[in-house]
Amino acid sequence: MLATFRGGIHPASHKELTDERALDAAVPPELVRIPLLQHIGASSRPLVKKGDAVTLGQTIAEPGGFVSVPQHASVSGTVKAIKEFPHASGRHVTAIEIANDGEDTPADELEPILDWQNASSEALRNRVRDAGLVGLGGAAFPTHVKLTPPEEKPIHTVVLNGAECEPYLTCDYRLMLEAPDAILVGAQIIHRCVGARRIVIGIEDNKPRAIEIMRAKAAGLDDVEVVRLPTKYPQGSELQLMKTALGVELPKSKLPMEAGVVVQNVGTALAIYEAVVAARPLVERALTITGAAVGSPCNLRVRIGTLCGDLIEQAGGMNGATGRVILGGPMTGVALDTTDVPVMKGTSGIMLIPRSALVDYELNPCIRCSRCEAHCPARLATARIGLAVELDRIEIAERLHVLECIECGCCSYVCPARRPMTQLMRVGKSKVLRERARRRAHG
Amino acid sequence: MAERTLFSVSSSPHIRVREGADRVMRDVIIALIPALVGSYFWFGIRAIMLTSISCIAALATEIALLLWRGRKVDGAAVNSALITGVLLTFCVSPRVPWWLVIVGAVVGLGVGKHVFGGLGYNIFNPALVGRAFLMSAYPVAMTTWQIPHQAVDAVSGPTPLAHMKIAAYKHVPDLWHLALGDVGGCIGETSAILLLVGAAYLLVRKVITWHVPVTFLASLAIFAWVFGRTRNDAGGTVIRLFEGVGPLNLGAIPIHLLAGGAILGAFYMATDYVTSPMSPRGMIIFGVGCGLLTGVIRIFGGYPEGVSYAILLMNMTVPLIDRATMPRLFGARALR
Repeated sequence: MLATFRGGIHPASHKELTDERALDAAVPPELVRIPLLQHIGASSRPLVKKGDAVTLGQTIAEPGGFVSVPQHASVSGTVKAIKEFPHASGRHVTAIEIANDGEDTPADELEPILDWQNASSEALRNRVRDAGLVGLGGAAFPTHVKLTPPEEKPIHTVVLNGAECEPYLTCDYRLMLEAPDAILVGAQIIHRCVGARRIVIGIEDNKPRAIEIMRAKAAGLDDVEVVRLPTKYPQGSELQLMKTALGVELPKSKLPMEAGVVVQNVGTALAIYEAVVAARPLVERALTITGAAVGSPCNLRVRIGTLCGDLIEQAGGMNGATGRVILGGPMTGVALDTTDVPVMKGTSGIMLIPRSALVDYELNPCIRCSRCEAHCPARLATARIGLAVELDRIEIAERLHVLECIECGCCSYVCPARRPMTQLMRVGKSKVLRERARRRAHG
Repeated sequence: MAERTLFSVSSSPHIRVREGADRVMRDVIIALIPALVGSYFWFGIRAIMLTSISCIAALATEIALLLWRGRKVDGAAVNSALITGVLLTFCVSPRVPWWLVIVGAVVGLGVGKHVFGGLGYNIFNPALVGRAFLMSAYPVAMTTWQIPHQAVDAVSGPTPLAHMKIAAYKHVPDLWHLALGDVGGCIGETSAILLLVGAAYLLVRKVITWHVPVTFLASLAIFAWVFGRTRNDAGGTVIRLFEGVGPLNLGAIPIHLLAGGAILGAFYMATDYVTSPMSPRGMIIFGVGCGLLTGVIRIFGGYPEGVSYAILLMNMTVPLIDRATMPRLFGARALR
């Protein structure tokens, strides 16, 4: 067993709800809404206007900068509107709404790069960008940026993240069972693109079948190693994964690249394979629809931009009184106030929690039990940061490294006083950043 | 859309452990029950009566102060007040008048807790503040002891530690009686065995960790081994370094661990979340400090017993210990 990071939690995984459900293609929706911001970085700029006819895979928005990606039509049809729509962030964000004509007329903008073994890094990187790829694990960081290490920081190791430590979610697990070959080719493309020496695939040991299959498929390949990770949340967090799989411990303020490592989700590797070898832009992704309030929990391949409500209906609808709709998993997902929100590239799941099982937080007094600190994978003085933020002593929170918080949610999960610890961390982080910006502006 | 369903929203995470603070504190109360039952056997119904009065007084004080301060009365507040009520009676003599525990509970929760801001903000253990106040305000009542199984007001006698203090070693009970609790002393402190049963429950339930109690008792044991006075044939009062009786040469260690409030203090009072350090390293420093101060007071100080003052003194150092033992950031080494 590998030495793992300190802290973390062992919540009930509930993966049995969906882990036997193969990835079916969802029924294409009648309309999709493609938000111009579904990644970390600058918003994309629309290339189409209302009334335009678009084809499946057509580039409908261009990158808004280096840290940005293009967007593609995930159905063929007509642009109905380009305006602000409800978005997972809780705000309204501009999206391109397309009415599906049901034809799936292909755009065929890209050419397959079949000889990727001999393609240049630049060609591969450009393809990854042109296909609109972002990290599919949840953070949605533009993939081509991660594949662009600076000259002085050569990459020696590609880590493929198959941990899927988030409870309830099983879509990455299904991908590893159903498309292991494509994932491995994707990993090798990354390997080739950054000039790495080896590939390490990390999978939590609660997924023995995935480990077995990936090991069998990787057996004939040089420099590919599949490692069993101890099951513990947040094992799939980039920095914690690096610690367990490679023994490299980096703070959040450093990029994995600085240790010569690039980490990519298994779903992203599959998307890279599709972009390069099959010349398909990112118009579809795997996700898990789960939770006690879903009629029939399942795994689906869905078009980017499908509204959550449509997918919930396909998964058997809401079962009883739904208290909370979450985009993502229960630990890091975002609660929605409407199911009229589109699935984005970084959406790994939709989870419905029954009203009877809702979790509420209150600013109760901290009883100093220090469980939040004992379980913090970033090893922060969580309890004390929480108190500092509560009292608006932002300078203390900053000194206690609040910016190193990875927002995994372990502190809130364990707090017996039901304090909204993770939320306090988020408030602290945003206030520190605002204060820094203010200081810079005033010299 | 004709009808809009309202969904609850909140910041993630959306799941959490079932166990709340009220449950954690209820575990502490459960853990104290064996020793409470023991006190009934050694000291009679009066022990139960005093504990009940103390708990009612503590509860009434907590609720009254919370309402006056405009704060919420919840399970955590109620249970924490009950713990204070039980712990306070556990460290007074079974012969104290009934109103004395009321005074102790009101002072403990009022001055020891709510003056500082209530649950979570107090510097000192409220039960020990109550006891310290009673010790200085009513010293005679607080140090009149009762021999177990004797009717109240019939016989009184000193505690084992008091016998040690005045070098009347022949009156120090044997270790079996000390462990069982069949000796004079405070209501809940005498039975090491029953207290350890409850402590095991707390450790299993992960309410407390080993850090404070083990280091507390270990440092007290070492201090007692080095400086403790032991029974000798002549009944002399000389401090005998590193010397003891029996083949194991344990010296005064067993007596110091089993008699008085060492077990009660180490497992139930020094482990109080609010008034002890947060990091494991801090807890170890705190535990060692408590053990050494207890030894100093017992062996060199004016009182036969030193657990409560040792803990109160160490309570004061907690902010300092916390500051000196901040957790080490993940990846700190890479931050140059």
